[in-house]
Formats: sequence, structure tokens, C-alpha cells
Amino acid sequence: MRFMSIVTSPQPDKAPTPALMEAMGKLAEREIKAGRMIDMGGLMPIAMAGARVRITDGKLSVTDGPFVESKELIGGYAIFEFRDMDEALAAAKEFMQLHLEHMPGWEGTCEVRLMATPGVDGACEAAIRVHA
Amino acid sequence: MTAADIHRTILAVWRIEQPRLLTSLSRMLRDVPLAEDLTQEALVAALEHWPDTGVPEKPGAWLMATAKRRALDDLRRRSMLARKHEMLIRDFEQEQQTMPDPDTALDDDIGDELLRLIFTACHPRLSREARAALALRMICGLTTEEIARAFLQPEPTIAQRIVRAKRTLSESGLGYETPRGAELSERLASVLEVVYLIFNEGYTAARGDEWLRPQLCNDALRMGRVLTSVAPQEAEAHGLLALMELNASRTAARTDVSGDPVLLMDQNRARWDQLQIRRGLTALARAHELGGSRGFYSLQAAIVACHARAATPDETNWPRIAALYAELAALVHSPIIELNRAVAIGMAEGPTAALAIVDRLAGEPALKNYHLLGSVRGDLLCKLGRHAEARVAFEMAASLAGNKREQELLKRRSSEAAERSKCR
Repeated sequence: MRFMSIVTSPQPDKAPTPALMEAMGKLAEREIKAGRMIDMGGLMPIAMAGARVRITDGKLSVTDGPFVESKELIGGYAIFEFRDMDEALAAAKEFMQLHLEHMPGWEGTCEVRLMATPGVDGACEAAIRVHA
Repeated sequence: MTAADIHRTILAVWRIEQPRLLTSLSRMLRDVPLAEDLTQEALVAALEHWPDTGVPEKPGAWLMATAKRRALDDLRRRSMLARKHEMLIRDFEQEQQTMPDPDTALDDDIGDELLRLIFTACHPRLSREARAALALRMICGLTTEEIARAFLQPEPTIAQRIVRAKRTLSESGLGYETPRGAELSERLASVLEVVYLIFNEGYTAARGDEWLRPQLCNDALRMGRVLTSVAPQEAEAHGLLALMELNASRTAARTDVSGDPVLLMDQNRARWDQLQIRRGLTALARAHELGGSRGFYSLQAAIVACHARAATPDETNWPRIAALYAELAALVHSPIIELNRAVAIGMAEGPTAALAIVDRLAGEPALKNYHLLGSVRGDLLCKLGRHAEARVAFEMAASLAGNKREQELLKRRSSEAAERSKCR
């Protein structure tokens, strides 16, 4: 099953400490070599480039970043192949544990979501299970 | 949380840590089969303790400490004299004192250790079945029960297979070695063969079968990714990964709502998995860059890539597919590949040229009971308007088809051909 982990934080522009970078690098290397991580990416600070195209009241509007009203911003994502939600959760916990250790004071969320794979039965069933 | 839930959670946590546990332990002990035993023992210990204590904050460190403690006990018990062991014991005791942390230099070359694991599990000395079981266990962390269910075998059979395979490795001194250079390329065939066997076992499983069977495709894909990341210079490893990713990209489109198979040309291409296609094409490009375009797996991947690249069936590059089949046929003499080439020729040049190839294959002993020969022949004869002959070919094919759904399809085509031949 394919999962996407999205990391959000109220302090998205706070650069990770070198220790955290190193720990995350090791973890990513292990996951890539273990054949589980299939894609990943970090996002640049919104001040560098970022915009929102929104529909409200049937009209399009464009807001350039930074978005002062935002409480949480996406910092990065990763795509994994795991056997089940339990594995995905265990991996996310391990990833967040690194933040706890190597970047004291940082707060944020790692949201784990099952990706919809077109027409695969298991995906729909699992989605129901996770949300239930 | 029910006991089953807790069990599942623990197994998941263990699986996440399993690659690092196994690689670190095998490096410390210089013994892959023993490291594998200890990794399993750590799981058993977790299943005993965690339901009461909860999952520790750093489960990896807990599992590693437990496995190391067992290793130490085991070494002490087994031999106090062997010099190698004495040294290991000393190293271990030191490490025990400084509370082990799995994030040490030990996992720096996880790639090297993984390579060793996969080549040990797939050693040519072992039978194909044993290689498949060991690889699933060591690389993907499957339990014996899961492997048994995936291969539709009784659990004790698989358990015995694994025990025997590990004993063979230990006794013949193959428990810790890494092939390098030319030897690596030579031994690679034995690894790729097993990975592809596992993939096909999952790929041919019907929908509604035990769900662990289709899951084998993902396990094989994972092994393919492991291989390409730890042996990045091996063109055929990339070729096999490409072949598997591209074939797996069609999974959702391969059956209809009622579970009946949908033929490639009739599939809804919007349901093909584009991320997987992209990954497959990237792996294929890598195989080509490494000079492996003529490899067994790379050629097959190139054929599948022709389909993946075609947005509609009409856009399929049939002449290219026919040429690739010709190359493949030159590499491995197989009448089945020749039959596939005939189909491609039929699409590229028309039914007459294709029928000539098919008729040449009629005497092949290997195809005597192969229903697709009659099926292809019937199809070509239909296109040529020779319906009476087509009916005979389809009937023959139907009598040979092992699968009920295929049988029905062929019978239907046979009666359609009969109808048409009456009209003339």
C-alpha cells in the first residue's frame, strides 16, 4: 500500500539542526535501501516562492506567500510502500522521534495518509478502516 | 485494543526496524543465519514484553539490545574457547556497558550488508523455493506463516525449508560472504531469478485469492529496489525492476468488476499507475545507460514499456515490439517468445506474415499442449476470413485451456467463427 507522509509545522521556516539533518539523512538512506521509500521532497520556505490559488464565492483569487493567516504550513513529504497502516504509523513515529531528540522546542505534525491507487480493492477497504 | 491489534502493531514496529537489526547483527557476528535467528528472537521477546509494558520510545534500541544480549548468551554457552568468539564476547561486553545505540557507525554501510543478505539468501547452492522463502524472510521481514500463506503451502513445510537452508549455509561456510566485481555479476542471475519468481507468483494470483499472494508483487518490487540501490552498477537489476514496475502499473486495470481478466488491449489505460510507470521507465533508462539494453530482463521491460508509453492501443509501436521479441528470441530460444513475436508481427505487418510464423511453430513439442497457440492461430485465421479453420483452432485451444474463464472465452470465439463460416 502506498502512503504519503506530510510534515506540517507552525514554524516551517525554522531550519533543521545539523544533528536532525544527519539523523533524517540516515533514516532516509535506510528506507531507500530497504526499498520502502519511493519518493520524497522538502519544500523551500514560502517567502522564497509560494502562492495560493483559491476559489471563494465562485471566483478565483491568487494570494502570494507568505500567508500570515496560516497556522500550519507544509514542510515536506515522502511517499512509501508499506504493508499496512501499522507499519506506516511505526515509521512516522520513528521519524518524529528524531525531531524530538535532535531539534528541541520544535513543534509539528506528521500526517500519514493512504494514497488512492486506482481501482485497487485493498486501498478502498484500508481507507475505510483507517478513517473508522 | 485487542490482542490481535497489539500483535499487529508490534509486528509492524519490528518490521520497520528489521533491516537495520539484521544488517547490524550479521556484521557484528559475521554470520547471517545466526543474525537472522536473533532478529526473530528479538521479535518473540517483544511479543512477550510489549503487551504489558507498551511499545518503548525507541523500539529499535530495545530490539537491538535484546538481540545482542541473546547473542552474548549464545556465544558464551556455545564456546568459550574459540578465539573469534572470545573477541566477539569482549567487544560485546564493552558495548553492553556503553548502552548500545543502533545509530552508531555500524549502520553506515547498511547497503553493503543488505547486499550480503540478499546474496546469501539467494545463494545458488539453495533450491529456488528455499531462496524465495529466505529472501522474503530476510529482506522483507515476512513471518513463516505469511510466506506459507502466500505460497499456498503448509507452515511446517516452509519452516523446515528455512531451517534446512540456513543449516546448509552455515555448514558450508557460506554464512558470511559478499560477492564482488565479476563474481557479483555472475551470482546476480540467481538473485534476479528468485525476485522475478516471487513477483510472478503474486502477479498470476487471481483476485479474491489470499491477499498475501498479490502482496508478493510488492515484496518482489521492494527487493528489486533494494538491489538497484545496493548494486547500482548492475544493468539487469535495473532491467528487472523496470519490468516489475511496468507490469505492476497495470494491476488495477487487469480485472473487471466481477474479477474477470481484461486483456491488455482492452484495458482502461487511465487506471494504469503513472507513478509506477515513471519509475519503471527511469529504471529502464538506467539499464540502457549501463549498456544493458540486450539483457534478458531489460528486453522484456523494453517490450512492456512500448505498451506503457502508448496512450491508446492504436499508438502502440508494434514494429518495435516485434523487433524486441526477435532480439529476445535470439537470446533465449523459446517457442513461447516466438509466438509472442508472431502476435506483434501480426499487428505490425498483418495476419499473413504472422500466420507463417505460427504455422512453423505448430510442430514444437513445447507448445503441443499450449492453448495460446491455437488461440493466436484462430485469431489470425479470423482476420484472414478463414472462419471454418478458425473455429477448429479455437475449439482445440478451448480443450487445452486450464482456466475456466479462458475456456469459456475460447468456446465463445469458436461459435462466433462457426456462425461466420455459415454466412459465406
